[in-house]
Amino acid sequence: MGLLAFFRRSPATASLAKERLRIIVAQERSTRDGPDYLPLLRRELLEVIRKYVNVDPEAIQINLEREDGHEVLELSVALPEKGAAE
Amino acid sequence: MSEIIVVTSGKGGVGKTTTSASIACGLARRGKRVAVLDFDVGLRNLDLVMGCERRVVYDFVNVINGDCTLKQALIKDKRIDSLFVLAASQTRDKEALSREGVRRVLDELIADGFDYIVCDSPAGIEKGAHLAMYFADRAIVVVNPEVSSVRDSDRILGLLASKTERAEKGESPVKEHLLLTRYSPRRVGSGEMMSVDDVKEILGIEVIGVIPESPDVLSASNAGTPVILNSESDAAMAYEDAVARLLGDTVPLRFLEERKRGFLARVFGG
Ligand SMILES: Nc1ncnc2c1ncn2[C@@H]1O[C@H](COP(=O)(O)OP(=O)(O)OP(=O)(O)O)[C@@H](O)[C@H]1O
Ligand SMILES: [Mg+2]
Repeated sequence: MGLLAFFRRSPATASLAKERLRIIVAQERSTRDGPDYLPLLRRELLEVIRKYVNVDPEAIQINLEREDGHEVLELSVALPEKGAAE
Repeated sequence: MSEIIVVTSGKGGVGKTTTSASIACGLARRGKRVAVLDFDVGLRNLDLVMGCERRVVYDFVNVINGDCTLKQALIKDKRIDSLFVLAASQTRDKEALSREGVRRVLDELIADGFDYIVCDSPAGIEKGAHLAMYFADRAIVVVNPEVSSVRDSDRILGLLASKTERAEKGESPVKEHLLLTRYSPRRVGSGEMMSVDDVKEILGIEVIGVIPESPDVLSASNAGTPVILNSESDAAMAYEDAVARLLGDTVPLRFLEERKRGFLARVFGG
């Protein structure tokens, strides 16, 4: 490490990386061996919801939970704060 | 009993070939009979890292097509008696490796009494990567402490659990090991890089080794001498530990902390 590098500290972004990975990996795992239509379903749901409120793709979470023998498709939509939609 | 080990990652350029070469050397130096196979059709690299590129006469595809025998194609290492390399083909035809062809080669190696067969996977999740993992008993998943590498390796874990012979036949699953490489203790210390515990927590598999970022890896590949043979190097010692763990020893992780250096060395040092 040279003189410059010693004084120019890089920001501590490792925790950010970990948090992002935690979310995306959990999401990808839960839909991994789910039906092939999930991505399409997600896209079409997004389009329908957007007719009413302007949500971000990130606001839609789809999870496939397996509970003793049956599967539950869990959908959550985070609505924008009032006034922030437009 | 032979064991087939795939070295895989999803993401390219993370250190699979470096790892395959060093793990194969390390196992062979402990007296095991080892064959290391390059599955990267079209982008042969293992021969260079192993330093046997000028002795390649026949390759993996030649054996499958019956152009030569397996014995003719296996290149005997000049440093370690019990180590053999099978080079990848430089053909542009990615379909040249077939599942049945690969199975025949592996069966012949097993019948020939090899203890370990190390499969160096190409990057990606296409045919080559799929064939490299299909017959595996164990997988070494090579990961860099970086978001895209971690995410890709999680996809590879998904494939290991579903798209291998063990999975398809409902046998006991492929044993999965995490090998974290290009690890920089200094950057982990300053919070710039995810730690081994972070990555382990996300992927949820056991750690077989942590290899530090090291300039010795480049000099090793320049010279065609797998880095594990450079006994001065931290990377070599870390690979040696990984080999010991693969053989069932319990060895604590090393090189996770930044080496203590004085203030002046930190300001002016290299
Ligand atoms: N511990 C390390 N320290 C420093 N450099 C490293 C380390 N491990 C690997 N490298 C470098 O990373 C590069 C990629 O390594 P390598 O060829 O082993 O990766 P790979 O996963 O096999 O790539 P590909 O996906 O193309 O097959 C090389 O330049 C190598 O020297
Ligand atoms: Mg490679």
